[in-house]
Amino acid sequence: MTPFTRLDAKAAPLDVANIDTDQIIPKQFLKTVDREGLARGLFYDMRFDTEGAAKSGFVLDDAAFAGAGMLIAGDNFGCGSSREHAPWALLDFGIRCVISTSFADIFYNNCFQNGLLPIALPRDQVKALMGEARGGNHVFSVDLEAQTVTSPSGQVFAFEIDPGRKEKMLKGLDAIGETLQAAGDIADYEARRSLDQPWLEVAA
Amino acid sequence: MSGKTLYDKIWDAHHVSRDANGETILYIDLHLIHEVTTPQAFAGLRAARRPVRRPDRTLAVADHNIPTEGQALGVAAVADLEARAQLQALERNVADFGIEFFPMGDPRNGIVHVVGPEQGRTQPGMTIVCGDSHTSTHGAFGSLAQGIGTSEVEHVLATQTLRQMKSKNMRVTYTGTPGPGVGTKDYALALIGKIGTSGGTGYVIEYAGEAVRALSMEGRMTLCNLTIEAGARAGLVAPDETTYAYLMGRPSAPKGGAWEMALGHWKTFVSDPDARFDSEIAIDVATLAPTVTWGTSPQDVVDIEGRVPDPADFEAERAEAIRRALDYMGLEPGQRIDEARIDRVFIGSCTNSRIEDLRAAAAIAKDRKVAGHVRAMVVAGSGLVKDQAEDEGLDVIFREAGFDWREPGCSMCLGMNPDRLAPGERCASTSNRNFEGRQGRGGRTHLMSPAMAAAAAIAGHIVDVRTLA
Repeated sequence: MTPFTRLDAKAAPLDVANIDTDQIIPKQFLKTVDREGLARGLFYDMRFDTEGAAKSGFVLDDAAFAGAGMLIAGDNFGCGSSREHAPWALLDFGIRCVISTSFADIFYNNCFQNGLLPIALPRDQVKALMGEARGGNHVFSVDLEAQTVTSPSGQVFAFEIDPGRKEKMLKGLDAIGETLQAAGDIADYEARRSLDQPWLEVAA
Repeated sequence: MSGKTLYDKIWDAHHVSRDANGETILYIDLHLIHEVTTPQAFAGLRAARRPVRRPDRTLAVADHNIPTEGQALGVAAVADLEARAQLQALERNVADFGIEFFPMGDPRNGIVHVVGPEQGRTQPGMTIVCGDSHTSTHGAFGSLAQGIGTSEVEHVLATQTLRQMKSKNMRVTYTGTPGPGVGTKDYALALIGKIGTSGGTGYVIEYAGEAVRALSMEGRMTLCNLTIEAGARAGLVAPDETTYAYLMGRPSAPKGGAWEMALGHWKTFVSDPDARFDSEIAIDVATLAPTVTWGTSPQDVVDIEGRVPDPADFEAERAEAIRRALDYMGLEPGQRIDEARIDRVFIGSCTNSRIEDLRAAAAIAKDRKVAGHVRAMVVAGSGLVKDQAEDEGLDVIFREAGFDWREPGCSMCLGMNPDRLAPGERCASTSNRNFEGRQGRGGRTHLMSPAMAAAAAIAGHIVDVRTLA
């Protein structure tokens, strides 16, 4: 996983609440066996018509937001399906940070597995950032170590993040590798379980 | 010190260790996998040369992208080449890693959340994960069942654990006795309408109260299934005699002395009387009417006797969201919901495709005809549910009424397979998500119970099932 320490990038405003993962990446893109190349499906129904031709008007296709590395979205971003294709598609498009008032749990978790930073802030702060993002041509800064977002006008907002998730993001750690260091504990647990719940050891 | 909740007890019983940052390594008893959210996980294992730690605690099915006809012809006959490649990747992965698999066409195959309980794999007090958000379904047995992403699927395959921070406890108490035509789909939609699709974010919800105790396992599964639509990762119903009666004799349920031993273990998984919940909600089911959704979020609910909202009655931000939803749904502000004419009916999905759901729909369909302009389909949740329904003659009732009786799978719940809505089509659906484009691009989904969906098929528009019964 690519470490995330700091991001200085344009932010695109997407002022819609309850953006679900079906909208972030529709079902027809889930038939892949790869993690790569999903940018073409990102927000597909908002960006392309039924014939596959580009529609105008979607914020990420606006020249003013070309190269945006952040998304500022409405409440409850990422609700619905557990598809990890949603953060994969955002990352493949170049989005490394999403700011909202709240995130659905599974999406939030999936982001951290991939080095995409979801930042939850109070509504008035998200509104302020959304306002500054409109029009494009600006740079927002996210400093993960300091846990701050700095707007183009210099407003600084602090955000919360679990220390474990923060460390893995900063160092780009592999969660499986970390857990396998506790392999002895897992084996001990399994040994106890096989005595206490032997019916779970019988092949079905 | 106050007592423990059911969630606390399952959590504590699966605690392996805790790291310096406060993350718990939680042991996973059962890992269910399917074709769509696993190929990248197996690729990751191969790249790192890691084995699957407990293939014996892992079970695979093919459900999301399989067609609901011609399954006996096998994967090679799947017309969609991408879907076929994904199904073939699963076949290869389960063979290479030694994982049990119920392939397409096997009567034991079906929707992953129907198969686990039906086989007796899902048991009280367990931790269960699957790369699918509706894994919450299995909480009906008093097991902590959570949907996870593909990276976590890989983590569980490699370590049989999940790294997690603990959620908060919420209890939803359903009291009273439901009126005619009201069931668990309505209980769930009423809750989502009340707390919203993010109302449960950060919580595990335990369902309690006399109205929950009175439910069958099928009803409890519907309730827990829809928990994710309220934003909570998992829903729980404490196990009781109903649970044990359902489990007894299932293929993977413990037998003989092991059954007695397991029963003693399972009975400990109830919230203590003095357990404290971080949030409490009560709903009197006697006050509920058959409920449907009008918009593009499961929280957009309305009583069957009600009207869709008028943006003019709301403040600017909410008004805009309502306007957008009405526009997508092709509905007029303030119109009666039972005047919405439908084109399609879908009875199926991990929410409502079990035998009791099919019986409820068949009771309405019996000796009636599907409206001439409506295409209606029934998709059993598994091959075994389909077989049982056929033994009971339900297929004949559906066919005679003009329903299409299809083979099992996720089908039109998510439109990843050939079953989907055409743009603009309006569907009465027993599934779980009415998101834009969910059942097919431009498709308009109204969520409702199996009886209500069957009634809509007959009437040709959304209708109060109580007027037909």
